[in-house]
Amino acid sequence: MSLITFDPARVPTFQVAAKSLLGDTQMRKNVRHATNVIQNKRAIVVNEMPDWQQLRESGRQIKEHTLQHLDFYLKQFEENCTAAGGVVHWARDAAEAREIVIDLVKQSGSNEVIKIKSMTTEEISLNKGLEANGIHAYETDLAELIIQMGNDLPSHIVVPALHKNRQQIREIFKREMNLPDLGDQPADLAEAARMFLREKFLRVKTGVSGANFLIAETGGVCVVESEGNGRMCLTLPETLITIAGVEKVIPRYQDLEVFAQLLPRSATGERMNPYTSIWTGVHPTDGPRTFHIVLMDNARTKILADEESRQTLACIRCGACQNICPVYRQTGGHAYGSVYAGPIGAILTPQLQEMHSGQSLPYASSLCGACYEVCPVKINIPEVLIHLRHKVVEQDTQGFGALNPEALAMKAMAMLFMSESRFRAAQRMGRMAERPLVNKAGWVTWLPGLLGGWTQVRDLHEMPKQTFREWFEQRGESEGSADGK
Amino acid sequence: MANSAGARTEILRRIRVATGPAADRAAIEAEWNGIERAYKHVTSIDLEGRLHQLEDRLRDYDAGVYRSTREGVGALVASILSERGKQTMAVPSGIPAEWLPAGVRFVEDLRGDVSGIDGCEGVLTSATLAIAETGTIVLQDAPGQGRRAVTLLPDYHLCVVDAAKIVQTVPEAIALLQSTAHLATTFFSGPSATADIEMTRIKGVHGPRFVDVILILD
Repeated sequence: MSLITFDPARVPTFQVAAKSLLGDTQMRKNVRHATNVIQNKRAIVVNEMPDWQQLRESGRQIKEHTLQHLDFYLKQFEENCTAAGGVVHWARDAAEAREIVIDLVKQSGSNEVIKIKSMTTEEISLNKGLEANGIHAYETDLAELIIQMGNDLPSHIVVPALHKNRQQIREIFKREMNLPDLGDQPADLAEAARMFLREKFLRVKTGVSGANFLIAETGGVCVVESEGNGRMCLTLPETLITIAGVEKVIPRYQDLEVFAQLLPRSATGERMNPYTSIWTGVHPTDGPRTFHIVLMDNARTKILADEESRQTLACIRCGACQNICPVYRQTGGHAYGSVYAGPIGAILTPQLQEMHSGQSLPYASSLCGACYEVCPVKINIPEVLIHLRHKVVEQDTQGFGALNPEALAMKAMAMLFMSESRFRAAQRMGRMAERPLVNKAGWVTWLPGLLGGWTQVRDLHEMPKQTFREWFEQRGESEGSADGK
Repeated sequence: MANSAGARTEILRRIRVATGPAADRAAIEAEWNGIERAYKHVTSIDLEGRLHQLEDRLRDYDAGVYRSTREGVGALVASILSERGKQTMAVPSGIPAEWLPAGVRFVEDLRGDVSGIDGCEGVLTSATLAIAETGTIVLQDAPGQGRRAVTLLPDYHLCVVDAAKIVQTVPEAIALLQSTAHLATTFFSGPSATADIEMTRIKGVHGPRFVDVILILD
């Protein structure tokens, strides 16, 4: 049973975690294969859309508009959902959200729940909270089932078990489902999950889900999925409890026409995902008799208050930025120490932690900008990364932090760059100081102290014998009047 | 129970602090109307083009596709079910009687316990509309389509779609669905599938693993 969770306050820094994970060649091979497949599929179905850029721009504008009027739309959603028979709850933070869900499950009279994959419930470690209260959660998404049975952690927001290959999955299912003769074809593994879960779907009386979109205009909720496990959890139980971040609201039903095009093509490289469900409160004779929805803040309003990083909240959780990121593709998701990995995780996680932890994550990027290019709602992730790096530096240089060697070095650099004569002197001194370190081929392969961080992984070319200014001034002396002016 | 009312007030207050003074409803509506929507809205191909595109997409998802006249549906249903070896089919209330050939047991879903549906080999329904560009069929809680469980539990779904209800784009579909947005709605695009193992789309986990579609042409 998977009760391990990410605790961003206690995980090692990204750089430390990444270093050891880079040694896991099997994991790297799995991640490389899966992300290659998905990137190619995405490229094909995105390129066949002549209006893709217009869709992205509309998606961005809808999200920006919604966030600017978030309280209006949340209240509208609440009013319409309530009118349709739903019960709306509000949770300031993860602990409050867990408490509400646990109480609701107890009220439903069940000591087990069936769950749709929900990164929001992962974010608040809901399963652990339920288990501590004697409630067992069955994950029903294939990837989440693999994670739960393998006592593992999610490494991708769309395909949480992306780091496992079919043989590894077979071993987990063989052991946990007691199926010694299980094959390793994906169809065999899917069949095993179908048989294992069917009885749970028909028996368990309480379902827990996340949400992709909350429609303010109608009070409806939309869940996007592939396998049909979502439909089972949304339709068969007597009680349904949905938990969603406050940023999941969209203004109107019509806005779905944008996201229903952007999300599947970006997430799984499909023209449309197999199933999209929309329900509005309680439908007599169709589906659960009781519907609760928990609207959770958990630091989202903190992000909203920061104008430069507010766009983080526009994320529709497609994972395209993860699949394309040259850093994620090397390290896999676990290095980020959070349920939200990759570029979006690098900006979302530290902000959800209110910058108390996860400070190494904004540095888990080469700022190449590929994530921005593929983002279906045009989140400028590199811009937010730089903004957060600035915040981290500000934190690090508070009080005694101002005396740390990097801060002092930066101060010294600033002094040099402020004056031309100091800069020239520094260049001359640099040429003299480097002389004992330069080898015959003109490279520096070792630097002392803190500077050694550079030469540990790459050589440094020796400084040029002459600076550009020196060359330009000499040129003036010898050729200044050559053109006759 | 946590103090949800207190939490509500606090969250709404935090949002107000974060985003500045509240705008009034009219201003918000005007701003929403001003959102740029330069993407494609309308059908650019004729009925034959839409039919062809829908068929192509459905086959790509590994669904079977058949064309039929309005009078020929019953006979086609009989031959497809016989080929599939299906003898017991669930049907929602309101399905046209002429679609139900003799020789197959059709069990009407009366919305009681779902175990009756679970015992059926398949389900036969109509549909609200279809989207050609994405190979998507939309089901709502309406006569001939039924509650959500009826198209979910059986392993086989035979769906009859009127060609007049095929649109090309997602925006056209959403516009048509707007007036019935409050109904429980399911978009399905081919059989149940997963890409959770090595990102390879394979058919079938929990929803119907086999889907056939009959397109009615007048």
